[in-house]
Amino acid sequence: MIRYLVRRAALAVVMLFGLICLTFVIANVAPSDAAALAAGPDAGRAQIEQARRDYGLDRPLHEQFVRYVTDLGRGDFGRSVATGRPVGQDLAKYFFATLELCLVAMTLGILLGIPLGVLSAVFQDRWVDHGTRIIAVSGIALPPFWFGLLLQLGIASSLGWLPTSGRLSVFTEPAAPITGLLLVDSLLRGNGALFAEALSYLILPAIVLSLPCLASILRVNRSEMVEALRADHITAARAHGVSRLRIVAVHALKNAMLPTLAIIGLRWGWMMSSTVLVETVFDWPGIGLYAVSSAIAGDFKPVMGVTLIVGLNFMLANLVVDLLYGALDPRIREA
Amino acid sequence: MTLLSIDDYRLAFDGFEGTAHVLDGITLDVARGETLGIVGETGCGKSVLARSLLRLNPAPPARVVSGAIRFEGEDILAMPEAALRRLRGRRIAMVFQDPAAFLNPLLNIGTQMADVLQGQDSAGGARRRPAREVRARAAALLASVGLPEPERLLDARPHQLSGGMRQRVLIAMALAGEPSLLVADEPTTALDVTVQAQILALIAVLVAERGLTLMLISHDLGVIAASCARVAVMYAGTVVEDAPTATLLGTPRHPYTKGLLAALPDLDNPAHRPRGIPGSIPSLRQPPPGCRFHPRCPIATARCSVEKPLLREVGDAAPSEAALCDEINPMPRDLGRLASRDGKTAALHVGEEETASPRDLDSAALGGLETALPPQAPPPSHRVACHYA
Repeated sequence: MIRYLVRRAALAVVMLFGLICLTFVIANVAPSDAAALAAGPDAGRAQIEQARRDYGLDRPLHEQFVRYVTDLGRGDFGRSVATGRPVGQDLAKYFFATLELCLVAMTLGILLGIPLGVLSAVFQDRWVDHGTRIIAVSGIALPPFWFGLLLQLGIASSLGWLPTSGRLSVFTEPAAPITGLLLVDSLLRGNGALFAEALSYLILPAIVLSLPCLASILRVNRSEMVEALRADHITAARAHGVSRLRIVAVHALKNAMLPTLAIIGLRWGWMMSSTVLVETVFDWPGIGLYAVSSAIAGDFKPVMGVTLIVGLNFMLANLVVDLLYGALDPRIREA
Repeated sequence: MTLLSIDDYRLAFDGFEGTAHVLDGITLDVARGETLGIVGETGCGKSVLARSLLRLNPAPPARVVSGAIRFEGEDILAMPEAALRRLRGRRIAMVFQDPAAFLNPLLNIGTQMADVLQGQDSAGGARRRPAREVRARAAALLASVGLPEPERLLDARPHQLSGGMRQRVLIAMALAGEPSLLVADEPTTALDVTVQAQILALIAVLVAERGLTLMLISHDLGVIAASCARVAVMYAGTVVEDAPTATLLGTPRHPYTKGLLAALPDLDNPAHRPRGIPGSIPSLRQPPPGCRFHPRCPIATARCSVEKPLLREVGDAAPSEAALCDEINPMPRDLGRLASRDGKTAALHVGEEETASPRDLDSAALGGLETALPPQAPPPSHRVACHYA
């Protein structure tokens, strides 16, 4: 198991390097002059050349690459040419907003998806199954920006139950971050009012983000459960008089959880990298919004930083899934 | 005394391509303490019949068309869910074909056994036993089927055990509820030959020690002959012949039974060429009308394709149309020897323990076989479902 982990970690380093190369190349072939952007719209030729020298953009490409990689090694993501701020600082701020959104959305997806999947399998082709099929199909089919707008219009605007957008009211001063996750921080400080407010802003975007993920968890879990419930050892357990609840919730579900875990891991990686639409609709200050606004401005250091974070997150998710696989199935652990 | 009584039981499976009439009027009684073998080709409905006893066939697609299965007088087919749960494992228990597939690969043996014990407790309305008590009982059960180091085994997963050990674990689970009827569905098919003999010996010992009634399902006449006092032969969802093992092997009456025996090689007489039965098993979606065997039967007449022959008592009287059937006879001699049931023949295979053997299982098995088989005088009934046999 440890050897396996080391091998996986080594592989992750190689993949990370590949990712760095790729983002670097893409950022440099993009038709945008970072020096001109850095110097500002009214800058003359001399000022642009000055900015080019300041940011090291006049150096040969391989030299820039080596510098970029060594900086990354020190945890320095470079500076945004548009704002002049260090990308690392921005990422730290925006990443946790996205992480919080994704954590809540994924929790929703898992807590609803797995039980609904189990129920659909147990009551296969009955009304529960048909009902969840409708949820699943709409979860995959509804474009998130449209669904988000509908929720804003209905629940936030017309009914006024929840705020429309943002992470907190503009009048609320968020306390200094401990973990960066508002829900956790407010709880740690014992600030119930802040918790409720953060939650009220979080619910709608989290629902929109969780729907496609809920749909795929539900469908995968359902079909795996149907399969698992047909297994010979389930017949044997029934014949021996094992209780129905125990058969469904432990004997079958444990077998169905392996593929479900795989889809959860994939969905997690995917979710972190596709928050853009939801963050834009709900004006959520996360890395998706940050990456897109930087890209539109032609400012590529933030985009590269976000890509790296998202890629790293994907690898971590896969590693965690592999570990859980081993924990669940002893045959994998021993192989 | 009749323990199990199957009465004109018909079961169909509904599917997209039509309805398969899988069991067609099974009528069979099993007395308490009897050892009944059920033999037949793949697809003849043996396993479906066995699973019907615990209502394990998934419904739908399975659908009971008619009939009753009475166990100690109660109709299993009409049992409510709660009674069914008290039946499963506690009154009728089952051992399955492939022990690798019938144990959950992700749960350790201890958990699976505890689930069985606790499930049966709760079905019977008993108080929940403390975990340590359950574990001790599970270990005792494993020891009782001749498994070494039961305590350590409880923490093992199925893939860490050999095929024979896994089958022993499944047998231990089947015994957990102290059932009176043990249904063994091809318990040795997936095992090596030497392990097969051990498992058969173990079953024989358990049947003798615990006074179990045994229903052993197999496609292997040798296995049945070694373990059962009575045999029922199935063909395409019907019982075609039902007789004491020695009688059936010595003087088979139904043309299908004769064909089966003629298809066996004869070890003592290599010159004997095994002969197959011409044709193949019929589609159960459109079974032949009348007798389901008639398209392949050498003595079929026009009547056979119209009128379904019912099981009827033939006793020891010589068959009236004997001359017609002799052509497809003679039975191989080594099976006759097995059928002599003197214990020694069957014991030839025993005593080659592959796994560590605690508690003198070998000698227990030898003794067990001798005590298990002869004293049960099977009812001298010989029934055949054929107009002419």
